[in-house]
Amino acid sequence: MQVIVSVNRFNPKDNNGKYWEDYNLEIEENATVLDALIKIREETDGSLAMRCSCRSAICGSCAMRVNGHARLACNTKLADMTDEAGMIKVEPMTNFPVIKDLVVDQQMFWDKVKQVSPWLQSEGPEPKGEYVASNESMNQLAGVMACIMCGACVSDCSVMEVDKNFIGPAALAKAYRFVGDPRDSKSVERLGVLNEYSGIWDCTRCYECVEVCPKGVAPMDRIMALREEAISVGYGDTMGARHADVFSDLVEDSGWLDELRLPIKTVGIFNLPALLNFAPVGLRALVKGKMPAIFHHNVPNVQNVRNLFKRVRNDQNKDG
Amino acid sequence: MLEHDVLVIGAGLAGMRAALSAQETGANVAVVSKVHPVRSHSNAAQGGINAALTDRGDDWNDHAYDTVKGSDYLGDQDAIEIMCSEAGQELIDLEHMGVIFNRDDRGLLGTRAFGGQQKARTFFVADFTGQAMLHVLYEQLMKSSIRVYEEWFVLSLIIEEGMCCGVTAFEIATGRIYVIRAKTVIMCSGGVGRVFEPSTNALIVTGDGIGQAYASGASLMDMEMIQYHPTTLKGSGVLITEGARGEGAYLLNSEGKRFMETYAPNMMELASRDVVSRAEQTEIDQGRGVDGCVYLDLRHLGEDLIRERLTQIVDIGQDFAGVNIINEPIPIRPGMHYIMGGIKTDVNGRTNIPGLYAAGECACVSVHGGNRLGANSLLDTVIFGRRSGVHAAGYASEQEFTEFDVQGYIKGYERKLQSIADRQEGERWAQIRNDLGKGMDQYFGVYREENGMQILLSRIEDCKKRYEKVVLQDRGTIFNTDLVFTLELGFMLDCAETIVRSGIERKESRGAHSRTDYPLRNDKDWLKHVVVSKTDNGPQISHLPVKITKWTPEERKY
Repeated sequence: MQVIVSVNRFNPKDNNGKYWEDYNLEIEENATVLDALIKIREETDGSLAMRCSCRSAICGSCAMRVNGHARLACNTKLADMTDEAGMIKVEPMTNFPVIKDLVVDQQMFWDKVKQVSPWLQSEGPEPKGEYVASNESMNQLAGVMACIMCGACVSDCSVMEVDKNFIGPAALAKAYRFVGDPRDSKSVERLGVLNEYSGIWDCTRCYECVEVCPKGVAPMDRIMALREEAISVGYGDTMGARHADVFSDLVEDSGWLDELRLPIKTVGIFNLPALLNFAPVGLRALVKGKMPAIFHHNVPNVQNVRNLFKRVRNDQNKDG
Repeated sequence: MLEHDVLVIGAGLAGMRAALSAQETGANVAVVSKVHPVRSHSNAAQGGINAALTDRGDDWNDHAYDTVKGSDYLGDQDAIEIMCSEAGQELIDLEHMGVIFNRDDRGLLGTRAFGGQQKARTFFVADFTGQAMLHVLYEQLMKSSIRVYEEWFVLSLIIEEGMCCGVTAFEIATGRIYVIRAKTVIMCSGGVGRVFEPSTNALIVTGDGIGQAYASGASLMDMEMIQYHPTTLKGSGVLITEGARGEGAYLLNSEGKRFMETYAPNMMELASRDVVSRAEQTEIDQGRGVDGCVYLDLRHLGEDLIRERLTQIVDIGQDFAGVNIINEPIPIRPGMHYIMGGIKTDVNGRTNIPGLYAAGECACVSVHGGNRLGANSLLDTVIFGRRSGVHAAGYASEQEFTEFDVQGYIKGYERKLQSIADRQEGERWAQIRNDLGKGMDQYFGVYREENGMQILLSRIEDCKKRYEKVVLQDRGTIFNTDLVFTLELGFMLDCAETIVRSGIERKESRGAHSRTDYPLRNDKDWLKHVVVSKTDNGPQISHLPVKITKWTPEERKY
């Protein structure tokens, strides 16, 4: 088939900045995006820079953006991505500085991974043989260990786009791997660190990381599991934990979200500095006519919603 | 001045294990790798790692015997005894570091069956054992603060007064050339897979370290022993784990028959890899294949088992062959997978060059001899990686840094790379690499013979001439992969030549070296290693006896 691979190129030594270059090529029907890029590199343009190695989605080298979303080039079928004109767009991952063409600098990515002390910390003398642990406990970690550190989740993370301090989905998934490991004895301390600013509560649950992860690691689900774990070991008094509580209380009370009271109750009614911080947002909302109603009405049949809450609570008690 | 007591080249399992143990022994250690450590090819090991645990009723002597028999009696038995007797403790150490091995009902490490072994002694993490181990060793590396020269490409070993005392390398991101001085260097640079086209190996597996050691005077051994893995995917050549057969999958020919009955009536699909690959190739050659393949059939295993234990190959089947392995058999064929040979070392990783060590696939201890058993490669990397690290650190503690003209090396390589960049007319690396790989596949396949190997040798010589005029398209300094591939090709050509020369030398069939013109094993003349070394007059072949401790050679039946 005939395709046009449009690559976003950059070389800091030229003064061209970033630009698009189109490569026309003939390639077999079942080729991957990586096959096409390799063909370009070998036959047309040896200056095209990218990382790739295993060609089977295990080394994590070839994460890049294809048509606007992070993917591994090696397990993405070209034919699935081309538009009517036979074109695909390939760019380096975002949220990483670009070194050249599709090659990004991953230093910051690894620094964040290191921030979660990503090694097993057990307590007491090591057993003579292996640690005894159930197969289920190990299997549920296998889902996270499947992470190949390709960076796709970080590339498309909407929080990291605006807040470079956020530890990010890859490092938090890695943290979960230790918090969830029955052999690790530092889970409370780990959760204490993750509970701080730039940790688990900064995820906005946009779901992008789950969508783009090529290995089914579902980083956001791991972050949510870390939140629950943090609250259950006693880290309830954070903005994030209170936000979750207040959210649930308000919905139980009126049947739907009271957007005015949510931030106020979350920071605390007597927390004047924090409340003053909301003033500019509030004013802008007022000007645009988006201010939530001061008098919040209950939904019709609110009792049904309250009953739902009751039933969920009863079920949880049974499980517990 | 960059200098370290111990410098490890390569950051796969052998390299990281070597670095960690050298540091524990008290050395100042650094690792230099052309890719980030977790991108290393150890990732691709799917099935598991062998160890005979005594509390499971196993005996390392049995593991050693299976390994000796698997090697077709070419493995050195003293080294095999060390590997198998230390396996249990190494496995437990890995578990303590954090590897999440699969468990049995009692919560203890669980096993699966693997080829060529009488007992199930393969410990595993689903079907990504290599990845699971590699990432855990990298966790330990992060914890240790060992310096990693990441994405630095080693150009050559520095040999002064007959001793290895560092490397010249360039930083890929900037193109700058450096010398890293070291009291000892441990080569852990992996195999030669891409010398063949196709191969299951990653694109980075280009034999650089073997080529560099050879160029510096290190002896290479068993280079003719190339393993063809029985189950690689039609088309792309992607690997399907032996674990699939370990869990009970069948091999079927075009008549739907389990053809292994003919070739290995006792072990069937779990005979050793050379035996199964030959059986498949024979079925295909005799017209009982389908489109150059036979079938791997998992359907009877059931969806639950497949999804829990063979997770990755469900995706591989879907992504790379469009086959749902739960409902359909997969077309597979033998594919180049591993080199048993490599840089000759003793059981502590020492080569014939003082200060130079080697471990992992680039080394040849020799524990695999003529044919490696599945799940013995991971074991080899960690056992001999650790032993090399300890020994190199001990040796380094008694040595001073050698003084030499550092700037001379840097200037020399700057001139050399500039002269490559200055060439205007010639071919690019890709064309030559492709011709080399296709030739190796055609004439050094599952079966080989004299005429073909001679044709291949002259093709390699021709490729070498073409390589002298190779031109670059990228003449810049920033992340110039065009230059990296060009340099790799030089090492690949040297590796190819030593493989083929060794293959021509061994006039018998043993292990993976199956010659149609010498179809039988010949212990009288060939129970010995083929060694090749570089001299001013070209490659020099010699022989070394096989070390035999307990197990006398006998006919090999599965």
